[in-house]
Amino acid sequence: MDFSWDLLINAIIAGALLGGFYASVAIGVTIAFGMLDIVNIAHPAFMIVGAYLAYAGWDSFGMNPFVSMAVFAPLGFVFGRAFYRAYNFFFERRGDESIQGLAFFFGILFIVEIGVVLISGVDYRSIDAPFLGSTFGIGFVSVPWRMMVPFLVGLGMLGCIHLYLSRTFTGRTILAVSQDVEAVRLIGADPIRAKEVAFGIAVASAIIAGVLLIMIQPVEPSIGREYIGRAFAICVLGGITSLPGTLLASLILGVAETLTTTFFGPSWSPAVSFGLLLLTLAFRPSGIFGR
Amino acid sequence: MSSRADSVPELRQPLPLSVRLRSGVAILLTGAALMAATMLLGTQVSEYYYLAAYTILQFVVLGTAWNILGGYGGYVNFGTAGFFAIGCYTTIVMDKIFSMPLFFDMLAAAATAGLVGFGMGYLTLRLRGVFFSIATLALTIVLQTLIVNWSFVGGARGVYVLRPEVSGIFVSYVQLLVALMVGLAIFAVLAAWAVEKSWIGIGLAAIRDDETAAETCGVPSLRLKLIATTMSGALMGMAGSLFPYYVTYVDPATAFSLAIAVNSIAMPLVGGTAAWWGPVVGAVLLGSAQQILTVTISSAANLFIVGVLLVLFLTAAPSGVVGIVRGWKRRRK
Repeated sequence: MDFSWDLLINAIIAGALLGGFYASVAIGVTIAFGMLDIVNIAHPAFMIVGAYLAYAGWDSFGMNPFVSMAVFAPLGFVFGRAFYRAYNFFFERRGDESIQGLAFFFGILFIVEIGVVLISGVDYRSIDAPFLGSTFGIGFVSVPWRMMVPFLVGLGMLGCIHLYLSRTFTGRTILAVSQDVEAVRLIGADPIRAKEVAFGIAVASAIIAGVLLIMIQPVEPSIGREYIGRAFAICVLGGITSLPGTLLASLILGVAETLTTTFFGPSWSPAVSFGLLLLTLAFRPSGIFGR
Repeated sequence: MSSRADSVPELRQPLPLSVRLRSGVAILLTGAALMAATMLLGTQVSEYYYLAAYTILQFVVLGTAWNILGGYGGYVNFGTAGFFAIGCYTTIVMDKIFSMPLFFDMLAAAATAGLVGFGMGYLTLRLRGVFFSIATLALTIVLQTLIVNWSFVGGARGVYVLRPEVSGIFVSYVQLLVALMVGLAIFAVLAAWAVEKSWIGIGLAAIRDDETAAETCGVPSLRLKLIATTMSGALMGMAGSLFPYYVTYVDPATAFSLAIAVNSIAMPLVGGTAAWWGPVVGAVLLGSAQQILTVTISSAANLFIVGVLLVLFLTAAPSGVVGIVRGWKRRRK
C-alpha cells in the first residue's frame, strides 16, 4: 500500500486506542499469571463469555452494554472466587499445578469455546448501540466512538485496579503474595483469600473486556484464541507483574498491529503479537519493566 | 536401631534382559498382528473401519509423541497442531515440487518438524516451563499466519492433493495409508518405550520432579529437553505427513485445528503420563469414543466430551488409567 503521513498518523492513533482495549484484556492475565502464578490460558474464554452475555442482554432486553458490565462483572467476580477455590483444592494444594494445572485451564478453554458454539452457534454476533456508530474528527484524524469507549474504559479499569492494589489492605496483600507467600502468612494475612479475591477481579475484568470487545467488532466463539497470544505477549513484554508495563506493552502491541494491518494487510496481524512474544521470550524474557 | 551399614538403601539389581525387553517384544507382536489384520482384511470390511482405525492410530502417534516431552519431562506443549501441520505442508510442498514415494515425505516431514522443535526448544527451554508452553501456542499461530499468506501451498483457500495409483500388494490407497500408520505407531511407541527405560527417560523424570536439583546432580537438562523436543516434534510431523493423502484436501483451519492440540494432550493425561502405554490406552479409549459419538451425536458434541473428560480426569484421577491400574495392583499385593 502507498505510504502517506495521514495514513501513518491515523494508524498510530487507532493503534493506541486499540492498545487501551488490549490493556483491559491483559490486566487479568497480569494479575493471574504475574501476581498469583496461575497460568490462566482460559482468560480469553471468560472474555468471550462476557461478550456473549452482553449480546444476550442486548438481544433479548435491549440492555445497554454499560448496564451489562455493571450486572455481569460482579457475577464474574463471584464466579472467579469460586473457580479459584476449586483450582486451589484440586491442583495448588496437591502441588500439581505445573502440568495438570496447565492442561486443566486448556480443557476449560476448550469446554467454554465448544459450549458457546453449542449454545449459540458459530455465527458472528454484534451489538449496534447508537452511541457506538458515530465518529468524531480532529483535523484529518478521525476517531470512531466504538474504539474511543473501550479505550477509556480500559484505561479507567487499569487505574482503578492500580488504586485498589496500592491503597487497600487486601490489595496490598495481593501484591505481597506475588512476592513471597510465606512472608504473607507470617504477618498474619491469609494468602489463599487474597489470591481468591485477586482471581475474582481477574475474571470480572475479563467479563468487562468481553463487553468492550463486542462493542468494537462482531464476535464468534473461536476469536478468543487470538487473544491468548495477545494477552500473554503484553504480560511478558510488560514485565509480568507490572501494571505500568502492561499499559505500555498494550499500546506498543496495538500500534504495531495496526501498522501491520494498514501497510501489509489484515491477514498478517495475528502473527504480530506472537512474533513479539517469541522475540521477547528469546531475547529479553524479563520484559521492559522487568527486574 | 540397626547399624549404619544396614540403613543404606540397597541398590536395585538390574532386571534380567528378558524381563527388560518384554514390553518391547509385546509392542512388536501387537504391531505385527495389526499389520497382518490390515493386509488380510483388504476389501473384506467397509472402508469406514479403515478410516476410523487411521484416526485412532494417528492419535496414538500424537499422544505418544506429546508424552515424550510432556509426560516424561513435564514440559507442556500446546503446539501439537503446529508440528502436525508442518508435516502436512512438507508433504504438500514435496508433492508439488517432485513426486516421490510417501516414505520420503515422512522423512522430510520428520526432519522439518524436528528442526523446528529443536530451534524453538533452544530459544525457550531455558526459561520456566510455562514460557515454553505459551511459546508453543504462539508458534502455532505464527505458522498458521505464514501458511495462510503463502499462496504456493494454497493459502487460506486450501489445496487439493491427488492420491497416486497404488500398486503391488495393496488393494486400495487407504489400506496403504493405514499400513504406514500402523508402522509409524509401532515406531513411535517403541521410541517412547526406549526413551522411558534409558538414561534419557530417567534424566527427564529428574527434570520433571525438580529441575534445579537435577541440574545440581549433573543432569544435562538443556540437552535432554532438546532431545525430547526434537523427537517429539519429528514424530508429530511424521503423523501429519500422511494427512494430506488421507483427507485429499487440506486448508489451514483443518491442519492447525485446536482439536488436534486438545486431543494429543487429553489422551496421555487420561491414559496416564508415567508409562509408555498410558497414551496408547488414552488414544484408543478417547479415539474410539469419539468415533462412536461422531457417528451417533455430532462432531461438536464429541469434542465437548473430550474437554469434559480431560477436566474430570485431571481433577479426580490425576495419574490417569496408569495410576488407577498401578494403585489397584499395589492394593492386591
